[in-house]
Amino acid sequence: MHELGIAQAALQHVLAQAERAGAARVGRIVLRIGELSGVDPDSLRFAFEAILPTSAAADAQLEIEAITAVARCRSCNLEYSPGPTALFECPHCRALGADILHGRELDLVRIDFT
Amino acid sequence: MENAPQPSPTAATDDVVIVDVRDPADTLPAPPGDLLPGALRVDLQIPLLDANDRRAAENRATFAARRIQALNFVSSPGAGKTTLLGRTLDALAGVIPCAVLVGDLETANDARRLRRPGVPVAQITTGGCCHLDASMVARGAQALTLDGVRLLFIENVGNLVCPASFDLGENRRITLVSSTEGEDKPLKYPPMFSSAHVVILTKIDVAEAMDFDRALARENIRRAAPQATIFEVSAKTGEGLDAWLSYLRAML
Repeated sequence: MHELGIAQAALQHVLAQAERAGAARVGRIVLRIGELSGVDPDSLRFAFEAILPTSAAADAQLEIEAITAVARCRSCNLEYSPGPTALFECPHCRALGADILHGRELDLVRIDFT
Repeated sequence: MENAPQPSPTAATDDVVIVDVRDPADTLPAPPGDLLPGALRVDLQIPLLDANDRRAAENRATFAARRIQALNFVSSPGAGKTTLLGRTLDALAGVIPCAVLVGDLETANDARRLRRPGVPVAQITTGGCCHLDASMVARGAQALTLDGVRLLFIENVGNLVCPASFDLGENRRITLVSSTEGEDKPLKYPPMFSSAHVVILTKIDVAEAMDFDRALARENIRRAAPQATIFEVSAKTGEGLDAWLSYLRAML
């Protein structure tokens, strides 16, 4: 629901990096989004399409690296994929509760300037 | 890992066709992509919620220095945050110095409802923003006189999705779910529960009339929030309030 704000934050970083690099054109923006980040990749892409054309990064392609959630059971230490929900039930010992190892990522990973 | 059951994004369960929009083809890991000649690649790894997380850490430090315990109340609209807070203030004000920040898209109605003698209250109107963030809380806290305050109640925007992603610098996250909602709310909106220290089942005075299965609701809360302390209360009749108030007193 707040993907527009996330897209704006990312674009600010991108434009600041472009200025620092003295780059003429932003070719590609790469984001990493975890399944448990609370951000919907489609909505984020939609938000970018809304704000990019009027920005200095108008030609940029957006790439999204989706990160599968990985949790570690607090009882038996099994590492498992809980899927995109935040419900954690160990498939081995059925214990509830886990530490999240991956899935919360919401990062600006890389920019290609051309 | 090999034995873990994999979620199937699009599947027919019983007679219901599920279209899981979380896993369309374009969200699959992107190929690394060839770098064009003369292009410049900058590797960054910048967390996009970094600004909020930093501000939340500042809030946390500020609250700790002032010996304030901050509680972030989250729920769907209408779950009873304001009513429970009002009853809580009635019971504690005059004994424990309290202050309130309340977030809504518009109006100062909730701040008016929560006004009590000696309790500083500020309304944060987000103007459409679906959650409070740490900088809004910092601004709100600056608007209050917090000298001597021990409990800062922050009523978040009614929304069971987005506030889960925004740390405010709180000491405790309190998630409310009412017996006029479904017993399966915790399973439908897990992040708000998995990040909660406390889950409060509200409006239990009407549970029976609503055919609300409290045992099933508790079981679902336990599954989504095994770490959380669970309270069942009716702010209207006062049932269950003592246990909740004891929990607050024990925080100090």
